[in-house]
Amino acid sequence: MLPGMADKKFNALPGFGLTIGFTLFYLSAIVLVPLAALVCRAFGLSWADFWRLATTPRALAAYRLTFETSLLAAVANALFGSLLAWVLVRYQFPGRRLIDAVVDFPFALPTAVAGLTLASLFAANGWLGRYLVPLGIKGAFTPLGVVIALTFVGLPFAVRTLEPVLLNLEREVEEVAATLGAGRLRTFVSVIAPALLPAVLTGFALAFARAIGEYGSIVFISGNLPFKTEIAPFLIVMRLEEYDYAGAIALAVVLLAFSFLLLVGINLLEQWAGRFQRQT
Amino acid sequence: MRGTEESPLVRWLLIAIALGFCFVFLLLPLANVFVQALAKGWGYCAKALADPDSLAAIRLTLLVAAISVPLNVLFGLAAAWAIAKFEFPAKTLLITLIDLPFSISPVVAGLMFVVLFGLQGFLGPWLEAHDLKIIFAVPGIVLACVFVTFPFVARELIPVMQATGSEQEQAALTLGANGWQTFWHVTLPSVKWGLLYGIILCNARAMGEFGAVSVVSGHITGKTDTMPLRVEKLYNEYDAPAAFALASLLVLLALLTLAIKILMEWRQGRREV
Repeated sequence: MLPGMADKKFNALPGFGLTIGFTLFYLSAIVLVPLAALVCRAFGLSWADFWRLATTPRALAAYRLTFETSLLAAVANALFGSLLAWVLVRYQFPGRRLIDAVVDFPFALPTAVAGLTLASLFAANGWLGRYLVPLGIKGAFTPLGVVIALTFVGLPFAVRTLEPVLLNLEREVEEVAATLGAGRLRTFVSVIAPALLPAVLTGFALAFARAIGEYGSIVFISGNLPFKTEIAPFLIVMRLEEYDYAGAIALAVVLLAFSFLLLVGINLLEQWAGRFQRQT
Repeated sequence: MRGTEESPLVRWLLIAIALGFCFVFLLLPLANVFVQALAKGWGYCAKALADPDSLAAIRLTLLVAAISVPLNVLFGLAAAWAIAKFEFPAKTLLITLIDLPFSISPVVAGLMFVVLFGLQGFLGPWLEAHDLKIIFAVPGIVLACVFVTFPFVARELIPVMQATGSEQEQAALTLGANGWQTFWHVTLPSVKWGLLYGIILCNARAMGEFGAVSVVSGHITGKTDTMPLRVEKLYNEYDAPAAFALASLLVLLALLTLAIKILMEWRQGRREV
């Protein structure tokens, strides 16, 4: 018999009613009711109005920038995050524990501070900008700056998703591949990489989802120029400051819909990754 | 047999890229905050922190965290108890819903509360008639922070409670303890490290929240500016050293958060040995 089944049959623990009641109440009050209020207001708009507000040229430019920079940042995270996770799990080197700890830094650091310090680093007189700007690499007040900030913010997601999978990877399989005559590169490509793929994709999707909604770090580094470096969340704030509630709500609903699509995608990916792990 | 290790050259190349990336993307931004904060010397930095408006921002940030963190701890404990110790239908759906605030843009989160409580919102007229202010006031900022940090404690606690199972609680109950005694003396000690990490992470994010708070705060200097909002205002007023001085306090908070996490992992590692 499964251990879980015993629990189910003879569960004498008290407090289910109280805790589930409070959980549902609090969830509704803080998350579901405000979410419903926003969606309700959106349904108050006619379809034509909604479409007009959600697809102004400025809004389309903002979606496009948000989507493209988030995608690039997520790709950068998948690449460097995987490399970092690999190095941290597989190799011993001085400073390894420090680096492992610092990976969570973007997660704990307020996003506004991240944006502030990155903007100053890549500005023309900053530590990195003074070398990069003469080379034509402008990291502040450009779309590249947005990618840099989003890469910073998303890094922990990529690393922390892959790390446990790498730790649990059975080394025997690699030994078998080596015994059968595969070189290290061949082993990596045909044995290790396929086993890591679901986790890498999940980390990619998580970083992408985080980047789509990100606001705090971008405000400082992007310059927020309409049609050039203005992201969708910033445009929502602009509309609110103009008291254009309908405009803000229309944009927010588009962003929400996209976030939910991503959430569904991430859940499917995680299920796939879970099944993959059990099979191997 | 051929090796299961990369050649030393490949290994050191990969380590060098990883270290270089961490240096540029993590350590430089960190060091930069402190150097910029002291760009005009210690005296200027201290004066910037002692500015009444900055002090008001620090006080407000502490107040907001002091309200929103305990609320989310209470919720986290309740949700983890229900989810980890009992079986019920739609449990997966509930867990997904708890994670929902993670996937909603902070700006959209702030907008939700404006739609609900703002002057043109659903409850706006009623609130105005009763002289209550939520948007552009402290309650709105608290709500925004509670929303954004909503999943943190629950997320840390659920896996820990699930892993410990409920045999110990069953034993305590069989021995005559009541529900609260069981919770205080059996459950709480077994999840204390997960709970602690959940609390400090929740706290760091509540104090550092920018987007959601920015939408609901109204940016009234000395009244509804939290520390991150004050940082933005100082930066826009071209007082970068003052902005970085205030930002360095938030960096210290982030470093403290990481330190507690490392301590926690170290303690857990030692217990398992």
